[in-house]
Amino acid sequence: MKGSRARRVATVGVLVALALIFSYVEVLIPFNFGIPGVKLGLANLVIVAALYELRAREAFLVDVTRIGVSSLLFGSVVSLWYSLAGGLLSFAVMALARRGGRFGTMGVSVLGGVSHNIGQLAVAVVLLGTGRLVWYLPTLLVSGVLTGALIGLVAERARPLLARRRG
Amino acid sequence: MGETRRRDLLLAAALLLAALLLWGGLRLASRGGDALDAVVTVDGAVTARLPLSQDARLEIVSEGGVNLLVIENGAARVAEADCRNQVCVHSRPIAQEGELIVCLPHKVVVTVERHEGE
Repeated sequence: MKGSRARRVATVGVLVALALIFSYVEVLIPFNFGIPGVKLGLANLVIVAALYELRAREAFLVDVTRIGVSSLLFGSVVSLWYSLAGGLLSFAVMALARRGGRFGTMGVSVLGGVSHNIGQLAVAVVLLGTGRLVWYLPTLLVSGVLTGALIGLVAERARPLLARRRG
Repeated sequence: MGETRRRDLLLAAALLLAALLLWGGLRLASRGGDALDAVVTVDGAVTARLPLSQDARLEIVSEGGVNLLVIENGAARVAEADCRNQVCVHSRPIAQEGELIVCLPHKVVVTVERHEGE
């Protein structure tokens, strides 16, 4: 249903490259709205699209690869832990929400944004050893909803274009 | 509006409500007087508690390096730090209960909490 194996491998590669470009754009122009720890998460646009265009396994491959490579390029060993916690948790939540079929692209992306922030905050609580960080959770929930909604709406718009390319 | 879109918006609204409730709950659960303190945590341990009502400067020494905490006009901020990303230095001054400044590389957290004791 989703093209030949070669085609899917190529798609995974293209999407990883696109996610890395988006990560780089956010390194150059941080969209953090003046709040430390908040970011738009442009690369997540690619992951949301991958969840709809590819099999879950392949979308997962896109996610893990882009996290690993972007940490190598733009991050550090510590930032890899934050990225992995946020990225893997949000992927799991989004894949389940997508399979459940109750929510649309926007809802799936909102759940992804929120769970990404929760995963990162959990790592910060462990690494910094203080539960006081829970005060940051309301801010991160709100930012996860807003950035997730934005990313989801764009992904929804992009889907027909991706489908046309494939067909 | 489709059924799915309606559910998506409901989900977003529910999560925003949850954030509000959590924030309210945290405020209700916190104890102490009306005066506010800047509480400094380094690697999980509270190392200093300074009243926001008094101007002060404090060098926070951690394994990672040094952050200079400045309390001025009832607000706390990190004026200098020898860390890589300078996120704490660029954070806005904090003056309300629950606001915080975090320096991830130095494992330093500064929060505003209600004054304990007395």
